[in-house]
Amino acid sequence: MTSIEQTDVVIVGSGFGGAIPAYHLAAGGARVVVLERGPWLANDEFDHDFLLGSSYTRIFDFTVGDGMSVLAGNCVGGGSVVYFATMPRAPRFVFERTGSLGRRMWPATINRDTLDPWYDVVTDALPVTEQSWNDVPFAGGLFAAACTHAGRTANPVPSAIDKPRCTNCNWMMAGCRFDAKRSLLLNYLPAALAHGAQIRPLHEVQRLSRTAEGGYRIHYDVVDDEDYRLTRGGGVIEAKIVVLAAGAGATPVILQRSEAELGTMPAAVGRYFSGNGERLNTAVVNDDRARELLGLDRGHGTAYEAHQIGKGPCVATWDKLDASLPEYSRYSLEQLYFPPGLGTVLAQAPGATGPTWFGREKKEMLRQWRSWLTVFAMTEDDNEGVFGAPPTRGNAERIAQQMLGRGSLRYDPTENTLRGWAESDADVRDILERDGLARVRPWTNDQVGAYTVHPLSSCRIGDDPATSALDDRHELRNHPGIFVTDGSAVPGALTVNPALTIAALAERAIPGLVRATQQRGVSVTYGAPSPDGTTTAVPPPRSV
Amino acid sequence: MAGAAAADPVRTATLEAFADTIIPGAKRFPEDRAIAGVVDDPGAVEAGALELLAHSALGLAKALDGMAGLLNMHAQNSARAKQLVLDPTVPPFVALDFDARTALVQELTDPSHPEREVWFGVALFCTMAFDSAPHLSTVDALEQGHPGLSILGFHHPDEDRSWRFPHFSYQRQLATVHPQTTTTGNPA
Repeated sequence: MTSIEQTDVVIVGSGFGGAIPAYHLAAGGARVVVLERGPWLANDEFDHDFLLGSSYTRIFDFTVGDGMSVLAGNCVGGGSVVYFATMPRAPRFVFERTGSLGRRMWPATINRDTLDPWYDVVTDALPVTEQSWNDVPFAGGLFAAACTHAGRTANPVPSAIDKPRCTNCNWMMAGCRFDAKRSLLLNYLPAALAHGAQIRPLHEVQRLSRTAEGGYRIHYDVVDDEDYRLTRGGGVIEAKIVVLAAGAGATPVILQRSEAELGTMPAAVGRYFSGNGERLNTAVVNDDRARELLGLDRGHGTAYEAHQIGKGPCVATWDKLDASLPEYSRYSLEQLYFPPGLGTVLAQAPGATGPTWFGREKKEMLRQWRSWLTVFAMTEDDNEGVFGAPPTRGNAERIAQQMLGRGSLRYDPTENTLRGWAESDADVRDILERDGLARVRPWTNDQVGAYTVHPLSSCRIGDDPATSALDDRHELRNHPGIFVTDGSAVPGALTVNPALTIAALAERAIPGLVRATQQRGVSVTYGAPSPDGTTTAVPPPRSV
Repeated sequence: MAGAAAADPVRTATLEAFADTIIPGAKRFPEDRAIAGVVDDPGAVEAGALELLAHSALGLAKALDGMAGLLNMHAQNSARAKQLVLDPTVPPFVALDFDARTALVQELTDPSHPEREVWFGVALFCTMAFDSAPHLSTVDALEQGHPGLSILGFHHPDEDRSWRFPHFSYQRQLATVHPQTTTTGNPA
């Protein structure tokens, strides 16, 4: 009577929140199917190319919202394939944040001390390694020297990059063709596949419904591999456990769309979204002043002019990660690279007397592109993002074949968030404009609102059922058997790059997830050793 | 890429004038009206803005006629409000001088304007045509001397079409690390 495919666990998404449970559950003996909305690319398909239809547009999504736009991965491996692999741990005070709740946002069971062992696990598995000053590209060196000149400290930031393999090409957002970036395609995912997990690319989950036995039906569409606006049929799988890890911009949308059949969702589903308080400033560096003030020399008389060279953000100043400062006044500032295209249109020409983001003066700024230095602030925002009604399918009405869509996220920054941005902007100016080193302006928020590459908190863990969708084991309140392990589970902004924290929380959630799976009659154990970083990438099937 | 070559000349001139307002360029020929010619090297038009806007992957091709019409309506309204008489031999937006075009684009992309998303979207693609040329393979664009990538100073790749920068670091400590940095190199 039933022709519906059955499995033990369906995992929606294959970024950190999906790959880590996929590995542990498969290694423990469960039948695991991973449904990933994006394509599955091998390393030789990661193009150094801005051409529409190359990996750069295939594996990335830019979802425009109302007041907030989100950049996120859209491929097997999720954010780990497109990110810059900067992997700091969150500072201790972050776990004590109260936000606007007036009480601690994080579950009582989680603080830096209790999370450190899980940070260690992920650090070993990817692996994450420290950077020496010899690893730091010119842009990071320049930022470090500017911090010194301004009386600040600056740190090379730990990263999941195999430094000897890295060519400093700065094409990381198109995927790494050199296997230098330790994405999930090189550790957890091949390890999961080796234990029998199945990964199905271009499978976009739309909604869940319940089976008579208390399990779940996962309803998906198959997405065209070139024009993501089109679907090629769809299907249903039944599972005893569902792990949602579609990313903070998509997980709550799947739950919203499921509410009609699953029943009322916790109030925090699709609320409390955080953009990790992110803010960008672009400076145009005066090369002569960089030489005179900072003593920098690349050889052949050039001090800097090296915006294109490097491996994303490598150096940060952590002086404002100070627990004694008031909440919303704590942030890190990190040197960053954004490629042209998305990384240029919002940059404002310093000192422009006419329009700042287009026109004559913007062209003059572009003429100095090699002298750009982009600085990324990660502040404490106020979890003010709310998702509206879900679109027809996916998490956006897609505009272009790939990459560009319009989502339902609304974000109206509070005074707290605005103050944090203003303070971090002023700090960037203080560091970089001192003694005429550079001229700097923040990116405009007038066109696509604020923007984030680190969406968080839209379905978060917590102790208070009114303000958290998940309990501290990541299980969705009132919907047993549904777990959420991606960035949406993180309670709030982290003041640093969040990938390591997302991954550590996913590792921490595994023992509870295994227990829940056992309780549903699946023979599965916990305790598989972490992938040790020596696993070999398994290429995707060539015909999907 | 269908659409650009066969496009109506009014649409072409109007969208070229818009692209030229976003990233201005030099006139292609003395009687060039679409390009205002306020700078002396190529801008978004010569970088391929119209090819990109009409690219099938973007999904805008069918809307371009309507956009050009709308832009000309706004230009006409703006001129009327200022009691300007526009040259009737070219589309109204083309008839505006560079500063008037700029002022109108500022108005249309103001956060309070109901069509802001449309005009910012067009401006985004005009900018991208100039600074990243996504209608072309990047290596081919560089080999052809694409004006935007050239003005940016985007480096050329190695022979295998990959970028590598073996000389990438000052290779010296340029700051004191935070005093509370942990033994794993993390914030405390």
